[in-house]
Amino acid sequence: MIMLLPRNNEKAIKITAAVFTFVSLILSLWVWMAYDRSQGGMQFVQQIPWVYDLGVTFALGVDGISIPMLLLTNLIGFSAVFASWKVADRVKEFFSLLLILITGVMGTFITTDLFIFFMFYEVVVIPIYLLVIMFGSSKRVTKEYAGMKLTIYLLIGSAFLLVGLIALFVQSKAILGYPTMDIFKLATIDFPLGFQIFVFALMAFGFGTLLSMFPFHAWSPDGYAGAPTAVSMIHAGVLKKIGGYGLIRIGVMILPGGAAYVAPVIAVLALGNVIYAAFICLSQKDLKYIVGYSSVSHMGYVLIGIAALNLISINGAIIMMFAHGVMAALFFSMIGNLYEKSHTRNVDDFGGLAHQMPRLATGFMIAGLASLGLPGMVNFIGEFTIFIGAFNTYKVLTILAVSGVIFTALYILRTLGAVLFGPRKPEWDHLEDLKGAEMVPLVVLGAAILIGGIAPFTLMDLINLGVGDLVAQLGSLQIGGMF
Amino acid sequence: MPWALLAVEISLALLGLLLLVLGLVLPEKGRRVMQPVAVIGLLGILILGGGLYTVNFSLFSGNYYIDPFASFFKLLFIIAGILVILSAGRYLERFQERVNEFYSLMIFALLGMVVMASAGEMITLYIGLELMTISFYILTAYLLNDKLSAEAGLKYLILGALSSAIMLFGISLVYAVTKTTVIAQMAFGYTNEPVLIAGIIMILAGFAFKVSLVPFHMWAPDIYQGAPIPITAFLAVGSKAAAFAALVRVFVAAFPVTIFQWPLLLAVLAAITIVVGNLIALAQDDIKRLLAYSSIAQAGYILVGLAAYNGYGLKGVLFYAMLYVFSNLGAFAAATLVEVETGSTDIKAFNGLARRSPMAAAIMTVCMLSLAGIPPLAGFVGKFYLFSGAIQSDMIWLAFIGLIMSMVSVYYYLRVAKAMYIGPCEDTSAIKPGAALGFALWVCLIGTIMFGLYPAPLSNLAHFAIQMFL
Repeated sequence: MIMLLPRNNEKAIKITAAVFTFVSLILSLWVWMAYDRSQGGMQFVQQIPWVYDLGVTFALGVDGISIPMLLLTNLIGFSAVFASWKVADRVKEFFSLLLILITGVMGTFITTDLFIFFMFYEVVVIPIYLLVIMFGSSKRVTKEYAGMKLTIYLLIGSAFLLVGLIALFVQSKAILGYPTMDIFKLATIDFPLGFQIFVFALMAFGFGTLLSMFPFHAWSPDGYAGAPTAVSMIHAGVLKKIGGYGLIRIGVMILPGGAAYVAPVIAVLALGNVIYAAFICLSQKDLKYIVGYSSVSHMGYVLIGIAALNLISINGAIIMMFAHGVMAALFFSMIGNLYEKSHTRNVDDFGGLAHQMPRLATGFMIAGLASLGLPGMVNFIGEFTIFIGAFNTYKVLTILAVSGVIFTALYILRTLGAVLFGPRKPEWDHLEDLKGAEMVPLVVLGAAILIGGIAPFTLMDLINLGVGDLVAQLGSLQIGGMF
Repeated sequence: MPWALLAVEISLALLGLLLLVLGLVLPEKGRRVMQPVAVIGLLGILILGGGLYTVNFSLFSGNYYIDPFASFFKLLFIIAGILVILSAGRYLERFQERVNEFYSLMIFALLGMVVMASAGEMITLYIGLELMTISFYILTAYLLNDKLSAEAGLKYLILGALSSAIMLFGISLVYAVTKTTVIAQMAFGYTNEPVLIAGIIMILAGFAFKVSLVPFHMWAPDIYQGAPIPITAFLAVGSKAAAFAALVRVFVAAFPVTIFQWPLLLAVLAAITIVVGNLIALAQDDIKRLLAYSSIAQAGYILVGLAAYNGYGLKGVLFYAMLYVFSNLGAFAAATLVEVETGSTDIKAFNGLARRSPMAAAIMTVCMLSLAGIPPLAGFVGKFYLFSGAIQSDMIWLAFIGLIMSMVSVYYYLRVAKAMYIGPCEDTSAIKPGAALGFALWVCLIGTIMFGLYPAPLSNLAHFAIQMFL
């Protein structure tokens, strides 16, 4: 799917990028339709032996957990291309890097091999760095700083993850007697408990950094603020979700014992995400920072869902990842658009934009309301499911986390009110509303939010299948802790 | 006596002499053919070496091995030699009329490396080492009118002679205990004597100087900075790999761990080298010094494999040494291009390279990221092997240090990338690398990406080469 676009012809490059992402969106929709729900498990499996002595197989396949993620990637990838339609400088570099990024993200979701997973996982970091320093914006922090901070955070996280993966690999070779990197094969091994705890803790750190788990979240708001629109969309939308996906697919699946032991810690940190980030949001003035911190806060829900380790809560976590991805991408594309035209992101500078830009206001409203979990939007389904599931395991924590919803409502409504409504400001009269290519993200992502919210069964039954297999592996593990 | 087995060594020596004579005989204009002659000659020898890959034979009653391990390294040296000669490109104009000896000295250094990889006996090893090092003494000081280059040559000569002396002393101590210098027989002659351990440590110190392990690394930055940049590249890649080849053969075959726990010593050295090399590199503003410290750190990574002392670790040593040729020479080739164009080796000279020569900038970025161990490039797979070995030998601490430091190293590699992509630059004229240098850059790029995406061929080759040690 990677292509090196040969010419320096800007228009052609943009159209090619759009066509390819469109084709891949259609393909993933087809996968979603064609997945045989009665059968479950891994489907569309492709396996090519890759490196014998490491047991690496180039194995691809999807199940109920990865299909929603794949779909999410393509929805956002497709709209990200349109969100960056206005890029004028170094077009070729921009779209090549963007497509490498999308390919890397997609790869992590569809591979079933640990080695290949990690490869794709790290492929994405460097294109992001280059995109941020070349095309980013320096508002509050310089783009060089934002890019470097993001890169170093993610790479240090991944170094710990890599130690964990290698340890897992070496240990499994000692137990099995032959090397393998197949996630499902590894999941059948019963590792000693101490080892499981150690490796799972490393993974929680590595994936947690990517998922902006409190207190390793500092890269995320700065990174989003510095990044160009399309990168913010992809990063907040799907890249972070690799953290959650990895934690479920690799962490919980291979090391259930370790997961059960470490889960309470994750749950407590997740509460930090929810409450702490929501408080910071209340005091932010820059639109991108508000969405950035709110995305940190929302990841807290996902983490609680994962940490509760039961069927309902993990279902909820995955729905939430999907929902937050679509919502955040929509939000960032709207902000990017507004910034392009007005050159400011400060909440106080705006007012009554609904008069001048009704379509943009619609986008903001959909994203904002989805963000605070209004019923009818897919986010509501996610939050609701997570809380139901998590309440069984962590009663106090869940009650505290629900309060996050209130804070979210507070800052989102306040922001929306300040930006969109209120008295009309004459200095923004010249702003043009969305049109043409700019409409694509709004339509695609808005539709996904509403369809997911009104007809959640379209995704739910699929996810349920995937998670069902996973929880069956978990068995009847007891989770420690008195929360 | 099957002389055919020595085909690589003999033809290298002949090629070196041929180039020397050609340089004297040909008129000034005709000397332009020397580069093609050298490259084609080396390509021929590369094919010869490839043909001998499966041979496993010892000559002169165990003093000289023609085995897959040696052949692996011979291929590596010859590839490195070809790439260095190609990438030297227009830099050679600075050598003026002395350019003809440059080629033959390169070939003789190469011959020294080949002998080191094959040597089965300490004195033979030492002769190979000296042949290589003396050629490098001359090459380092090759820019006669350049103060830095002359200083580098002198420094290298003095420190190199000192380290050779220490190593020779170590060899004599070990000989005193084991009564032999043949590596394969040394393992039987041991008694538990402190003298022996002193000897082993001295031999280690000699090698550590060559591969620039901390605390024997002080010479490297000065000499890398002063030497002409193609020589720096060859020194960083070839001389280092040759010392590693000899180090592996001597330590694995001659010194059983039961006598002396050298893997632990090596692990500590590796950890210190990785940390110090990477941390000092953070503060460098000169691309040659930056690459010098980065290559110190890289030596630490390779040493991890030997310290692990198991299948994955040793395979990692070979794998990493080979990918290091492509990645490091790619970076050096791009640096050569920049130095030729701008006359400076400061990182600022890289400003705007992405606009002036997008290909060179992209290749430089990819090669440096491979050195940092970012997938899907070759460096990642190499590190995966090395640290799998380390963890298998219960050295998980080493894996932590190594991997975290490799992420730290991303910072200084990305500084160069940042200069290339967003550095301010007034001069926006396009840079054309020229055919030879362009070809070398592409080869490095393809090697770096291919061994990263599909490492199986190289890892099979490495696996085959280390069979006899397991």
